[in-house]
Amino acid sequence: MSEISHYSQIWHHRTPKTRLFMWMGWLSLVALFLWCWQLMNRDTIWFFVADAPRQAADIGSRMWPPRWEYLPELLIPLWDTINIATIGTIGGVLMAIPVAFLAARNTTPSPRILRPIALFIIVASRSINALIWALLLVAIIGPGLLAGMVAIALRSIGFVGKLLYEAIEEIDPLQVEAVSATGADRAQVINYGIVPQIMPAFWGISVFRWDINIRESTILGLVGAGGIGLKLQGSLNTLAWGQVSVILLLILATVVVSEWISAKMRHAII
Amino acid sequence: MTAAHTYPSTWRRPPQILTHRGWRIGIQLGILAYLILAGASIEVDWQRVAMGLERGQRFVMGFLQPDFASRWNDISRGLIESLTMTLTSTVIGVMISVPIGIGAARNLAPRPVYLICRGIIAVSRALQEVIIAIFFVAMFGFGPFAGFLTLSFATIGFLAKLLADDIEEIEPGQADAIRATGGSWWQLINYAVQPQVMPRLIGLSLYRLDINFRESAVIGIVGAGGIGATLNTAIDRYEYDSAGAVLLIIIAIVMLAEYSSSYIRKFVQ
Repeated sequence: MSEISHYSQIWHHRTPKTRLFMWMGWLSLVALFLWCWQLMNRDTIWFFVADAPRQAADIGSRMWPPRWEYLPELLIPLWDTINIATIGTIGGVLMAIPVAFLAARNTTPSPRILRPIALFIIVASRSINALIWALLLVAIIGPGLLAGMVAIALRSIGFVGKLLYEAIEEIDPLQVEAVSATGADRAQVINYGIVPQIMPAFWGISVFRWDINIRESTILGLVGAGGIGLKLQGSLNTLAWGQVSVILLLILATVVVSEWISAKMRHAII
Repeated sequence: MTAAHTYPSTWRRPPQILTHRGWRIGIQLGILAYLILAGASIEVDWQRVAMGLERGQRFVMGFLQPDFASRWNDISRGLIESLTMTLTSTVIGVMISVPIGIGAARNLAPRPVYLICRGIIAVSRALQEVIIAIFFVAMFGFGPFAGFLTLSFATIGFLAKLLADDIEEIEPGQADAIRATGGSWWQLINYAVQPQVMPRLIGLSLYRLDINFRESAVIGIVGAGGIGATLNTAIDRYEYDSAGAVLLIIIAIVMLAEYSSSYIRKFVQ
């Protein structure tokens, strides 16, 4: 048939115009990448980069074998690290609950004033890493476990608050209506209509955050906030690479165990 | 009729999660014991805290009245390093994680490839960015190049895992259809897998861009360049108004990135 001969003989996924548009997009991404690469590497000393494999081999040979005699010294810092994560999580969750109720559209008392404030608290807490919080807090309240715990708590508010307020917004409104139809006041509506619905999500989020906090608290010591990171910092500063590898293996083991516990607990709850 | 048939006049909410009474009491006692033990391990020097509170007040003041001007040179240099590091590491990280993600998908890759790729992902996910940064700084010297490598490495673990999980969940009908036409393995990837995972891949890349910027603010503390180094210096010098300015810039960029990436993701998906 001759009337369809003006169609392309080869099937294409997209029209020529979209294809041109996409090529332009990719081209500008590549250009942007190259420009950023140039800008980033203005001050890079390529001699050090070329030297890196030798350095890596050198560090590797110093790290192996791990100095296992160092292990008993690490047990108390490890206990401290777990405490930082756990108490920090508890504190963060306690602070996150009111923030979440203020931020959720269906429970906030004032959508104009308090809700934006609560959302800002959540964003601010989420965008600043625990290590930066610790850096600030060590300067303010001094080095030690307390700074680490407060840092972890402040960091957790945003994460827990965000997930919790999303859970509150997704509840079934019928149960809330049923409770308020009995003449319950605001607090009772929250207690009997909302809390039972978000309880599983709440425990799941808290345990998940605890797991993340264990990871984060292992390095807080680098800025002086206590725990096993302090030992890591000490070993790095004295170039005791054998001790560094022991610490890293211990951190790895702790992280794996905490991940396993959190997966088991979330599985049991949800 | 006696009192045997009186009903309780109050209602108590049944427990939701731990239904067995013994377990409940046991776990509550355990938590209490832990809190006492853990509380005992905290040593607080209240004098130091009292002294620090005044400093904290100064920090809050610095945060409320940030000083962008006097250290603008350092801040802008750190910011440029952070932003360029974020973009380059995301691009390179995505480029590396696509083949690894395909290799780690059980329905596309042979068993040995699958195991190797999953191993790479596990290693990359298990190590903290800061710890990786310490090693890369030791190997490649101070500066954003070490940060770029750190973030690229961390991106692989994140993106390749989620991509592989996504590929494993694709609609098998489309893959079968391409196979039935006699398409090669590359054509299978191109016509059956890619269209299904592309929206999510773009979404995840944007999300990772966002994470990489946040992380770039942290790894500077251990010497890997970027705005974290500026922040660290500002705090070490007790210049809280400059530190407040840096923190506000970080928060603003993260908010901007979050909103624009959620907008683009909505547009793509």
